[in-house]
Amino acid sequence: MSFVYERLLGGKKGLTGFIILATLILVIFPLFLDSFRLGLAGKYLTYAFAAVSLVLLWGYGGILSLGQGIFFGLGGYAMAMFLKLEASSPENTAIQSTPGIPDFMDWNQITELPWFWEPFTSFTFTILAVLILPALFAYIIGAAMFKRRVGGVYFAIITQVIAVILTVLIVGQQGFTGGINGITDLRTLNGWDITSDSAKTIFYFVTCALLLLVIIASRAIMTSKFGRILLAVKDKEDRVRFSGYDVANFKIFVFCFGAMISAIGGAMFTLQVGFMSPSFVGIVPSIEMVIFAAVGGRMSLIGAVYGTLLINFGKTAFSESFPELWLFLIGGLFIAVVMLFPNGLAGIWEDHGHKVTDRFRFIGKWFNKLTAQAKLRKAEDAKS
Amino acid sequence: MDAYTNSELISIFAMQGFAGISLFSVLLLMALGLAIIFGQMGVINMAHGEFMAVGAYTTYFLATFTENYFPSFMPYYFVFAIVVAFFVAGILGYFAEFLLIRHLYTRPLDTLLATWGLSLIMQQSFRSLFGAREVSPTLPDWLLGSYQPTETIHIPLNGMFVLGLTAVVTMTVYYLMYKSRWGLRVRATTQNRIMSGAVGINTKKVDRYTFALGCGIAGIAGAAFTTIASTGPTTGSLYIVDTFMVVVFGGAASLFGTIASAFTIAQAQSILEFFISGSMAKVYTLFALVLILMFKPEGLFASKVRR
Repeated sequence: MSFVYERLLGGKKGLTGFIILATLILVIFPLFLDSFRLGLAGKYLTYAFAAVSLVLLWGYGGILSLGQGIFFGLGGYAMAMFLKLEASSPENTAIQSTPGIPDFMDWNQITELPWFWEPFTSFTFTILAVLILPALFAYIIGAAMFKRRVGGVYFAIITQVIAVILTVLIVGQQGFTGGINGITDLRTLNGWDITSDSAKTIFYFVTCALLLLVIIASRAIMTSKFGRILLAVKDKEDRVRFSGYDVANFKIFVFCFGAMISAIGGAMFTLQVGFMSPSFVGIVPSIEMVIFAAVGGRMSLIGAVYGTLLINFGKTAFSESFPELWLFLIGGLFIAVVMLFPNGLAGIWEDHGHKVTDRFRFIGKWFNKLTAQAKLRKAEDAKS
Repeated sequence: MDAYTNSELISIFAMQGFAGISLFSVLLLMALGLAIIFGQMGVINMAHGEFMAVGAYTTYFLATFTENYFPSFMPYYFVFAIVVAFFVAGILGYFAEFLLIRHLYTRPLDTLLATWGLSLIMQQSFRSLFGAREVSPTLPDWLLGSYQPTETIHIPLNGMFVLGLTAVVTMTVYYLMYKSRWGLRVRATTQNRIMSGAVGINTKKVDRYTFALGCGIAGIAGAAFTTIASTGPTTGSLYIVDTFMVVVFGGAASLFGTIASAFTIAQAQSILEFFISGSMAKVYTLFALVLILMFKPEGLFASKVRR
């Protein structure tokens, strides 16, 4: 019990924050947002997976990855490939010169399904691919970098370059990947229409549930011995190394775990939005994910979710009314967060939140009074 | 490759090689500034590409101004524009260091994010001031046309001019860094900041001027850039990743390494570009670089400094 309470939920404070977040996304959003806004919220929550992974990587591990878009994209593309193959059954694509292959392949004079598309006809394989492929890719990158003690800005730049390579590759190999438009027109999942409103609502709740699970799992990892060593690595890497730990393995693990989380987000994105394109893979989305985590608070798993929601709703609101101002605002936000509030919203709450909670202390007092009275009454009842 | 005869192949190599040299010049000019800043302060300036764009837009502004008010000055304005571009970008860099960077020296990863924010603001400013469309200045006549050593080889004059400009700037930087009193201070600060402070070097001042110089050189890169391509609000961000690779691949704080790696990267990319599509050329080049950096993370010519 104490394991669940202290470690998974983070004690009294963590539990309160968790319950508030869960209420917000599971109850308040579905009740008060129309279906369009709820769809947006669901889309933003998939970005929150990447933001949470950055809290682990950057906040706790001190590893700034400017390439979380890579993993978000890999997860999203794996799911999109499965859905596309289902959408391009021979009956649906009978008008093509080669029926049974995705439409963009037919447009690019490809007459046969490429070998790496073949396994994505299986749903089981696709789910495994979403979870394992990005982690495997992260393992290769991480092992090569961290074993050679590459870190800091070098690591950030190299992840960024890999994001560029992947984007250019996807855009350039139009016949195999759908090019700049991405993989579009995804309609059914195992015969179930994913464009209907009911499907969208279900995906929204699945996304929320997965996100909350991811937060619990991340918290379990971070409060374990592993998490404490990771934090120590961030603060004094050499000292941890001299104590006999293989620092690289800790970093590789958290990098792979972060990749897996981001990929889940990517897959849920594809399911909700119905397409996947290279514009969610490159430098700009990757660095935006960092700002989500930074605004929410780089040390706060729950803060990252709020940061993501806030920035994205802000972006939508601003791009509708003042598109010119948005870049100024987000640029200024980058600078302000880094210079004035390095711990983001969570940090501000930590410093000033008690002023708000103090106002509501009477609820606690009232509750305590009630329980005390009840106890007293019980004791009196027992006496008489 | 059987489709080409031998002499054709030589012409292709010469011309693509020269196209590579134009790319090399711009990359080198940008990388010089970035390498100085990164080598000295360990700061990655994500807005470096935007400082280049500042130089390019300054040139465009001066060209339009000259064209409208002093048409007789047209043949000479470009030289003047290079100098102005240097100072405009340099002064902006000076203020960026003063307001932003100097507060973040102990947090290199945060500098990366803050300068990214700066780059977004600068991009939007370009868009508001000069419009979203790409612009290019009217070049003086002596920069147009090409030199033809043989019938099949055309070498554009603007490329040769940019190459010459790059050579001059590189020499100047070399002189400044390795022969002047100021360069001595910069190198001392790079090697051991605390000791340099102890022997009386004002390391903060050195930092500020180094940053300004780096941005100024990016401004010159921008002026040079206008002769080969047109400038848009996001032009800087297109080159920034390549420039990082040049700096990292060459080994930070090594002038020779920066030159060699800019040359390798630019040549590899433009020669490959002729035989396979441009995007795949970029993929192969960057992929090869990442692979090499995995085995040699400190770059080709790492300076052997104890930290």
